Amino acid sequence: MSMAAALDTQWALRWVQETARVVAENRALLIDLDRVIGDADHGENLDRGFSAVVAKLDAGDAPATPAAVLKQVAMTLMSTVGGAAGPLYGTAFLRAATSLGDAGEIDAAAAAGMIRAARDGIVARGKAEVGDKTMVDAWTPATESAETAAQAGATPPEVLAAAANAAHAGAVATEPLIARKGRASYLGERSAGHQDPGAVSTALILQAAAEAAGEGVA
Amino acid sequence: MSVGLVIVSHSAKIAEGVVELAAQMAPDVVLVAAGGVDDGGGPVRIGTSFDRVQAGIEQASGGDGVVVLTDLGSAVMTAEMVLEFLEPDARASVRLAQAALVEGAVAAAVQAQGGSSLDEVVRAAEAAVVSIRPEELEPFVSHAAAAPGSDAAPGASASPGGRTASGSWTLPNQMGLHTRPAATLATGLADLDADVTVNGVDGKSVMLLMSLGLGQGRTVTAEASGPDAQAAVDFIGQAVESGFGEPD
Repeated sequence: MSMAAALDTQWALRWVQETARVVAENRALLIDLDRVIGDADHGENLDRGFSAVVAKLDAGDAPATPAAVLKQVAMTLMSTVGGAAGPLYGTAFLRAATSLGDAGEIDAAAAAGMIRAARDGIVARGKAEVGDKTMVDAWTPATESAETAAQAGATPPEVLAAAANAAHAGAVATEPLIARKGRASYLGERSAGHQDPGAVSTALILQAAAEAAGEGVA
Repeated sequence: MSVGLVIVSHSAKIAEGVVELAAQMAPDVVLVAAGGVDDGGGPVRIGTSFDRVQAGIEQASGGDGVVVLTDLGSAVMTAEMVLEFLEPDARASVRLAQAALVEGAVAAAVQAQGGSSLDEVVRAAEAAVVSIRPEELEPFVSHAAAAPGSDAAPGASASPGGRTASGSWTLPNQMGLHTRPAATLATGLADLDADVTVNGVDGKSVMLLMSLGLGQGRTVTAEASGPDAQAAVDFIGQAVESGFGEPD
């Protein structure tokens, strides 16, 4: 990857572009994961949602701050996604935007704080806990790793990479779990043996954040 | 103006169908369907939309408040988000009911039709949980739902107001205690200051009355307590004996 970059408005716009690309690339995977334990709409819904975000950002005036970009993401996802990912990711990006205030550039502590705010928003909205086989199982380790990295003196892009790596590990660890929230919970024990699609998409989104900052993810 | 309802479902057809059903018994209540999701002009898909719910609440407001009823999980989350985005003034008159969608919507609509307050409409929606015991193929009422105000149990002498009344009548009309008569009883009783049970269920709940499944020739037994106890029993007696104005 290219050199590590500052987390500014341009980074936020690259994050959105990269998320749209990586979600489109993994659309089939997310649909398949959701087909076995849900309603098979996660990949399609997210692809549609982030495509709409890109279109909206391309069409409108350039937002002035990273927070303004994330707020636009939130509002568009809420209106276009349709499934549970709409209000959950909508809340996540909205809380993340609020945590950043009007800062033009995000430091390491603010980067970790942004991920914490997103995670807390998702927990408040979906009422899921760690171990319920949901996206919370990716967001929670991501938050902890980001905070640990920030406290240890990591750069802002390194904070994002730490979050992305932990989210990936968290998503993989959802495989043996039995779902206790969402549509998959109706399946009971049959939900074990597959990764949770929301946890997987969380890992993809955080990976896109790190890569938009020039930080490769292991 | 009465309380308005917004019906949020993943399916546009379900939302429209619930509105259609509830409107039968509540012609004057504003009922708005907010089902499905679209991409701004595209085909409507399964899902829930922030924009549709927000527009629905706006359309239903203007009366005595708005009750939002939802189906599965993410519909609840979408509705909660919309509520969080309302201005504090508007937010105060909008409630999210924790209710079964179809039963709750019908019960809430009937309650709203009778001019009840926002609190009363929410309560009607949330109390309307009825299930079917398949082996009997006859509707029954869950114990929890059947005992609203258990302080009004038959024979209770320490009732509010200290007055009780009761009566029994036979249903003369062919259709029995179906939806329209149930609504007639529930709305008529709603304004009276009395706790009323009909065959053991809350007489002010149209869903519970309907769930009794009482057909022609069956006995209706009412027990009432409170200041308007006698008026309540008289009202039920007259309504039943007249066959609700329907043919024998």
